[in-house]
Amino acid sequence: MPHNPQPAGFWKRNQMKIAPYVFLAPGAVMFLIYVLIPIVQSIWISFQDWDGLGPKTWVGLANYVELLDDDTFYVALKNNLIWLGLYLLAIPMGLAAALFLNQNVWGIRLYKSLFFFPFVISQVVVGLMFTWFYAPDFGLFSQLIKWLTGSEVAILADERYVTYGIIVAGLWPQTAYCMILYLTGLNNLNFEQIEAARMDNARGWRLLRHVILPQLAPATFIAMVVTVIGALRSFDLVSIMTAGGPYGSSQVLSYFMYEQALSEYGYRMGYGAAIAVVLFLIMMVFITLFIVRMIAQERNR
Amino acid sequence: MTLTKALTGLALSAFLMGTAAFAGEIVINSDQSDPTPKKAMEELIADFQVKYPDITVKWNNFDHEGYKAAIRNFLTADPPDVAAWYAGNRMEPFVKAGLFEDVSDVWAANGLDDQLKSAASSMTIDGKKWGVPYTYYQWGIYYRKDLFEQNGITPPKNWAELLAASEKLKAAGIAPFAIGTKALWPTAGWFDYLDLRVNGYEFHMDLTAGKIPYTDPRVKAVFEKWAELVKPGYFIENHAAIDWQDAIPQMVQGKAAMYLMGNFAVATMKDGGLTEDQIGFMQFPEITAGIPMSEDAPTDTFHIPAGAKNKEDAKVFLAYLASPEAQAKMNATLGQLPVNNQSAKPTDTFLEAGFTMLSNAHALAQFYDRDAPAEMAKAGMEGFQEFMVKPDDLDRILERLEKIRAKVYK
Repeated sequence: MPHNPQPAGFWKRNQMKIAPYVFLAPGAVMFLIYVLIPIVQSIWISFQDWDGLGPKTWVGLANYVELLDDDTFYVALKNNLIWLGLYLLAIPMGLAAALFLNQNVWGIRLYKSLFFFPFVISQVVVGLMFTWFYAPDFGLFSQLIKWLTGSEVAILADERYVTYGIIVAGLWPQTAYCMILYLTGLNNLNFEQIEAARMDNARGWRLLRHVILPQLAPATFIAMVVTVIGALRSFDLVSIMTAGGPYGSSQVLSYFMYEQALSEYGYRMGYGAAIAVVLFLIMMVFITLFIVRMIAQERNR
Repeated sequence: MTLTKALTGLALSAFLMGTAAFAGEIVINSDQSDPTPKKAMEELIADFQVKYPDITVKWNNFDHEGYKAAIRNFLTADPPDVAAWYAGNRMEPFVKAGLFEDVSDVWAANGLDDQLKSAASSMTIDGKKWGVPYTYYQWGIYYRKDLFEQNGITPPKNWAELLAASEKLKAAGIAPFAIGTKALWPTAGWFDYLDLRVNGYEFHMDLTAGKIPYTDPRVKAVFEKWAELVKPGYFIENHAAIDWQDAIPQMVQGKAAMYLMGNFAVATMKDGGLTEDQIGFMQFPEITAGIPMSEDAPTDTFHIPAGAKNKEDAKVFLAYLASPEAQAKMNATLGQLPVNNQSAKPTDTFLEAGFTMLSNAHALAQFYDRDAPAEMAKAGMEGFQEFMVKPDDLDRILERLEKIRAKVYK
């Protein structure tokens, strides 16, 4: 190789320093354009009164003041909390399904696929199926209730049950999702540890609680993250099954935001943006917790 | 070779789309995505082309639901020359934002003030006309003639008779009224008619224009009449869980006898297996004696966007659309009523009944969700639905509506 007498170029000298940024650039630009700027814009719009067409008027905190005085907001907030609480059931249910399916029996693959099936189909389809399931007169569930109690209950038309009815529909695919996370976790178990525990006479519940679950912690963490975020952005099912009804009693924040900002009866961009900001702040609480934990884990490694 | 061709084609089409529509071409955006309206629109355009061969029509047909969002984009970003929309308060935001063209001159030049008289007031904002109506349809009570006969009921003419008929039907194990309120708007038909009959058209317009509080005793009186049907259980059960079409089977199976609906329900009833002899139509009965009968008749319209490139030819199109012949033909296909009073009478039994009813109407309302601003309409209809489930909570519901009214019409 001939010796190169010229001083190395700028690129040559700084290659090591610049290269990571070059690789990061496309992702960073996308993140900026599609995530960060829209967030700032949303916050900006939430201080305006705007119908999406005409000029914007600065109204300061008026949208937030109005939101605090809006009954629907509290209904939506309450429902979001119910969602958050009950949706977490998907995690133990997913674990149970995973433990049940984690055995070597002939045909287990078929069962695994069947259990995973609800996660593959679209939420819209899940919503429609459950709508028919609950439908008065011909729905399977309402027929069952009629047979058991003698009177019919229209789940989706009754403000007492409607949110729970939708959450049950949501749990079906979410359980499948958690199950898959746990199944992969179960594949990576350290069998030496389990053998050792067996020798020490650990069985059943104690084995699960003290040996297997700790090993599944990463899967539990991910399941927790996707379930909490899934509960907070529940939208498709509400939209398909009830559109927030009857009379707004199954409203959640994300659907409320859509309805105010983008639906036929809304186009109040400022107000919708204010709801979005509130939802964002609630999500931020959880996201921060998760990120703090993740960073702590990485430090420990 | 094929690739080059394809590329040339692509480039060419991009070029064509990129250039402004040249003189003699009009672009129409509309939402006639269902088969029947689509056919009516195709016929209209074909006939227009025969009459005006030097004007080329380019028609973009949108999905019905998607159109409501799309129009907000294309009116500002890429306005066509003609756009479909609705009369009354629904067009107000676009008019106020300066996105629709004043077409009063088209009305004046073609004598439309006279020919389209019944819809003139719903096309007027600030004393100017903002579009041309081409079709509407009547609302009223559709009932099972055979069930009425079996139970010895004659079509009720006033409130007392309606209550008596309902009682008889209920006693015979038939729900007097079918309704599905999941999509909310069917409840508004009831509110409109009860208010039009209890307080009259002028009051109803003042209410939807936000001039009257919802806590007014006259508004409460409307709900008290409504409660006379809700409390004894004269509506089918679980109506909040179903759409309006899902209530039709109950009527077909003879479990329900009447349905307050728009004329489009007849087609669904016939599809469900009812014959024309089994279906009757009656005007909503009188409640407060002496109040002139007004009706709901939602009107569909065409407008010229303010940013249209070829307004000259767009106006020619609107004038053609307003003509008695064009409206008669279009509505014969649509199965609806022409707005132009010079048009030939429709032959269908129900349409003929509707035509007569609307021609003699004191005034026409556009339907609650078109007369009231969108936000009020949404809250109002939720309130109506809640009332139909929990009639005892009326005061709380009305207070909530009043709070929203104060907010919406500030």
